[in-house]
Amino acid sequence: MADIALKGADSGARQHTLDVVFRGATWFFAVFVLLILTGVIVSLVAGALPALQHFGWGFITSSDWNPVTEKFGALPAIYGTLVTSGIAMLIGIPVAFGIAIFITELCPPWLKRPIGTLIELLAAIPSIIYGIWGLFVFAPVLQSTLQPLLINTLGNLPWIGSLFGGPPLGIGIMTAGLILGIMVLPFITSVMRDVFETVPTVLKESAYGIGATTWEVVWNIVLPTTRVGVIGGIMLGLGRALGETMAVTFVIGNAHRIQSSLMAPGTTISATLANEFTEAVGDLYLSSLVALGLVLSVITLLVLTAAKLMLLRLQQQAGR
Amino acid sequence: MSPYARRRATNSLVLGLSLAATVFGLVWLAFIFWTLLRNGISAITLDLFVQTTPPPGSAGGLRNAIFGSLVMTLVATLVGSPIGILAGTFLAEYGRANPIASVVRFINDILLSAPSIIVGIFIYQLMVLQMGHFSAWAGAMALAMIVIPVVVRTTEDMLNLVPGSLREAAFALGTPKWKVIVMVTYRAAVQGMLTGVLLAVARISGETAPLLFTALNNQFWSTNMNAPMANLPVVIFQFALSPYKDWQSLAWGGALLITVAILVLNITARLLANLKSFAK
Repeated sequence: MADIALKGADSGARQHTLDVVFRGATWFFAVFVLLILTGVIVSLVAGALPALQHFGWGFITSSDWNPVTEKFGALPAIYGTLVTSGIAMLIGIPVAFGIAIFITELCPPWLKRPIGTLIELLAAIPSIIYGIWGLFVFAPVLQSTLQPLLINTLGNLPWIGSLFGGPPLGIGIMTAGLILGIMVLPFITSVMRDVFETVPTVLKESAYGIGATTWEVVWNIVLPTTRVGVIGGIMLGLGRALGETMAVTFVIGNAHRIQSSLMAPGTTISATLANEFTEAVGDLYLSSLVALGLVLSVITLLVLTAAKLMLLRLQQQAGR
Repeated sequence: MSPYARRRATNSLVLGLSLAATVFGLVWLAFIFWTLLRNGISAITLDLFVQTTPPPGSAGGLRNAIFGSLVMTLVATLVGSPIGILAGTFLAEYGRANPIASVVRFINDILLSAPSIIVGIFIYQLMVLQMGHFSAWAGAMALAMIVIPVVVRTTEDMLNLVPGSLREAAFALGTPKWKVIVMVTYRAAVQGMLTGVLLAVARISGETAPLLFTALNNQFWSTNMNAPMANLPVVIFQFALSPYKDWQSLAWGGALLITVAILVLNITARLLANLKSFAK
């Protein structure tokens, strides 16, 4: 009897230790996730410090980028990053909205899954594949079709004409933006789809019941109910577009200049990093590149945090 | 036109546009696949798998790059998945109302969408600068950093799907919590967790940006994890942008190879997830 009781107590203690160890291990690795982000920020700040001290605010306001004279200004890269992402959003938002409406409101149920999966596969294709396709296939097509068309029509307008001036090169800011637009489609679509599905059927049915058309239900019921989530999804797509590297590197043309035309070559923060990081000689050059990375991180972290906060708010609304 | 007719017309127009948007999205997918097949299929020969990357102007294959990609993906998955699974376990099993867990959940979602090139800079500073040279270890660690958030997220989601009654039944028998999680919850969620790992593998097999500053590239056959190692994405990047026809052709072959591999992984992962819903 005594033996058995002793054994039981022993095993209980052992199990208790194992419990503490297991819980501790899971806690440790959860905190590890936090350490990754902290580590990334600390290492970027530490690496960027020499360049930031050397150039001060001039680093983000100067458009001079010359490794030979060791003058580094990030403005052209920041400009390229923002403009390409802007073009991507112009394409991505309406198309993603259309696809989300189609999948949630129009599509016959048996087709929902295949179409959803196919759109998601757009996100599975690696960035580098978009890049090689963009350079060898998409850019020449743009050069011979869309770009001459834009130059001959919009290019002649006053005010916005200069945006569409210059020769049709194929590669450049616009091509990069268009490819980014395709790449962010699946991300924005999937969030929009998910938030559209959260709208209570009763709400929609009551609108249909008083004679609203499908479009009126989407515009007056679904969209206002899910506004925060939709904006969150758009910001998530924007976060992706800002940091996208390889696809842009292939087609942007890598020129550290700000030109008025959208068809001119330019550069983005990520493309500059991809092109120049391994070839950077000199501490100041390397530190300037790390500082570029820091600027990119700050922008994307802000955008992604805003996106996440909005989606959380929608979740809480839905929970009420 | 009567108001009713106008409303109907607007409705048809918008619904037509949404159909057009869907077709627009799918056309790109088809366009990209068609391009890959047309340009890549001729490069898929036996040589692609048995020869190493050639100097410009001579024939060769991608054996060293394929090997490098496989090894680094494997190491990254072996390092990243357990970390991700344990962290995801904390979020789902211990952290439902824990403030630390909420913060981890939030940060993890941000890491999930953060630019991968930043991970490359981080590992460069952390490992490459300290070691003094580029290496396959650094490349694998950079990829592991990308695996972790994906696995954390799917593990948490999948564990949350396991019915609480299953855990309660095990607790009622006096089972300690760690044993309930390992023997009951994990078993119930294993397919879903595997799906997460497969999706993470698919995600990293095409990642290029984090490898540029970590594993770099290597023109020769190398199995030394402490030295730069060839890998498919970086080879595709360099060869595609080169002026040599042979190199460009190899780049297309590599691109087709990666895309097919990723598609197979994605579809397997989805089937696995579906299998589970059928079983229920």
